[in-house]
Amino acid sequence: MGGFCEMLNRNPIQPFGAPHVLKIHEYQAKSILARFGVPVPRGEVTSNSLDAAAIAQRLGGSVVVVKAQIHAGGRGKGGGVKLAKSPDEAERLAKQMIGMTLITHQTGREGRIVGRVLIEEGLQIERELYLSMLLDRAAGRPVIIASAAGGMDIEEVAATHPEKILREHVDPATGVIPFQARKLAFAMGLESGPAGKMVKVLDAIYKAFIETDASMIEINPLILTKSGDLLALDAKVTLDDNALYRHPDLRELRDLSEEDPLEVEASKFSLNYIRLDGNIGCMVNGAGLAMATMDIIKLAGGEPANFLDVGGGANAEQIKNAFRILMADKNVKAVLINIFGGILRCDVLAQGVIAAVKDLGVPVPIVIRMEGTNVQEGKRMLRESGLNFTTADSMGEAADKVVALAGATAARV
Amino acid sequence: MAVLLDRHTRLVVQGLTGREGTFHAKQAAAYGTTVVGGVTPGKGGTTHEGWPIFNSVHDAIRETGANVSVIFVPPPFAADAIMEATDAGVPLVVCITEGIPVVDMMRAFTFMEGKKTRLVGPNCPGVITAGQAKAGIIPGHICKEGRIGIVSKSGTLTYEAIHQLTRVGMGQTTCIGIGGDPLIGTSFIDALTLFGGDPDTDAVIMIGEIGGTAEQDAAVFIKREFRKPVVGFIAGQTAPPGRRMGHAGAIIAGGQGTAAEKMDALTKAGVHVVKSPADMGSKMREIL
Repeated sequence: MGGFCEMLNRNPIQPFGAPHVLKIHEYQAKSILARFGVPVPRGEVTSNSLDAAAIAQRLGGSVVVVKAQIHAGGRGKGGGVKLAKSPDEAERLAKQMIGMTLITHQTGREGRIVGRVLIEEGLQIERELYLSMLLDRAAGRPVIIASAAGGMDIEEVAATHPEKILREHVDPATGVIPFQARKLAFAMGLESGPAGKMVKVLDAIYKAFIETDASMIEINPLILTKSGDLLALDAKVTLDDNALYRHPDLRELRDLSEEDPLEVEASKFSLNYIRLDGNIGCMVNGAGLAMATMDIIKLAGGEPANFLDVGGGANAEQIKNAFRILMADKNVKAVLINIFGGILRCDVLAQGVIAAVKDLGVPVPIVIRMEGTNVQEGKRMLRESGLNFTTADSMGEAADKVVALAGATAARV
Repeated sequence: MAVLLDRHTRLVVQGLTGREGTFHAKQAAAYGTTVVGGVTPGKGGTTHEGWPIFNSVHDAIRETGANVSVIFVPPPFAADAIMEATDAGVPLVVCITEGIPVVDMMRAFTFMEGKKTRLVGPNCPGVITAGQAKAGIIPGHICKEGRIGIVSKSGTLTYEAIHQLTRVGMGQTTCIGIGGDPLIGTSFIDALTLFGGDPDTDAVIMIGEIGGTAEQDAAVFIKREFRKPVVGFIAGQTAPPGRRMGHAGAIIAGGQGTAAEKMDALTKAGVHVVKSPADMGSKMREIL
């Protein structure tokens, strides 16, 4: 089970089947927030360490911060955030970081290669606060989460000191009302000056949240400087994939180098694919049934190699692409196809599978369980194809057969 | 009697002139549903496949007496369609559309507050009352008239449950796909409340998924006041915690939304929780 979880923890925001969100880099998040009026430190991003000294020079001051840009938290502990006391040191640090493999608790063992660094002005920090905005499913509206305990792992704070977590819902009809922002600010122990600034910060965050269709905006820490200003020292923004059609500029922010190449390939064909550690490839229609298929493979003593939802309206071409992506994972020792045909007819599926196997020459055993529209016709086509398919009448039978074929045993942990 | 849909259902299809809308309107009619017409703004006054098309839901209601609307319009226009149907006073709106931006749904729910329209979905397979009527994409031919209700977050897994019940000879009253989006209209509790009050429904299959806390909320409701047997299954047992919204999401949800958490809550509420998705039908047969 260990490998399975770890594989997914590298990608902590996207569980199976859930609508995807677009992750972006810190420097991109800050640029969005700044556009809506959230104060952020002055800084510039570069992928060339030779620019670093000039950037540090432009920023001035006695110290600058060099921050590796990857889609994962925990960068500080992993050596991806460092202070430079001179332009030369900034260049040296940038040179170290760009191209390095940064490993944090969120990247998994293989880490992420750093492509860019953000170089920012150093600031005199008085206090570190936590601020985020996201959807509260139960309330059906956005909620602000705030805490005086900023700069730490907020989940940890919530677990050990739940009283330090403040919540305030936002009515979409009014946006953040100034008194709500002041209430949070005073509860976090801010004086009236910074509390007034909090009103502007939260108003800006809400506008950014709605107008960019964000799924989450998290500022940790939001700092209070010695001169009484509030700034977003770090920022994480994720965007609702479903809304990207109306934000062509934000769509451009996607960084494919941060994603699994097979998952990127799958997304081109509207296939929802997540790579896992096991050896049984799965092809299923519908996210719930796909998860249930993985569950039943586990119950039968096997390990799924992937989650793959081909969607409700898949055609023969998509089935073929799905096969290609599935088989690109060399760990796959057997394939289970579990389709409940509603809109997707079983004969169309069978046609797609037969064509794919003939074209791609799939070298591993394939177990097919299909049910629903035109199932008899589909089964007949598989039988008469001359190809070596194993068929099953129920999910349970299919799982047992594929596990036996993959030679998987319960010994795999 | 069943719930939500029956022989008195008069269905209007928003987006009937589209490919999906046309296909599923025909399927619904073939199943015996009274499909009274469609709504496509700009095509009012025309007919499509023999059905009258209206410019607005208001017009359609006035002219046809429709009492249920099913929505097949593309994601950018779906929340608008939900609000229009609500404004027209349709008692039941079933939204099939997948991929509606969350901000749009937030706006729709704000609009619907205090109004009497019930929404099922979005991003769901819809509703079917076996042998009577359907609004959505659940294949009719796998259903069989019976006395079991189904409520499910997942599409094809709903079909699986229907199929298993049919195979063990039990059949269904009404199957409600509530959808798996972060924001949905009808909840597990709403659906259970309907089934609880339906004399034709003897027991319920409830299918959940990882993420959120809707199943835990349902468990509290079941323990407190639901007196019919429930068979439960949670998809995603072998997946790690649902963390769609990242760290902060888990904090507001008050739990990680794992399958283990949900199965435990349901079991404690007296639900017959099956580990294997293959056992939903046979477990129901066993306990009744």
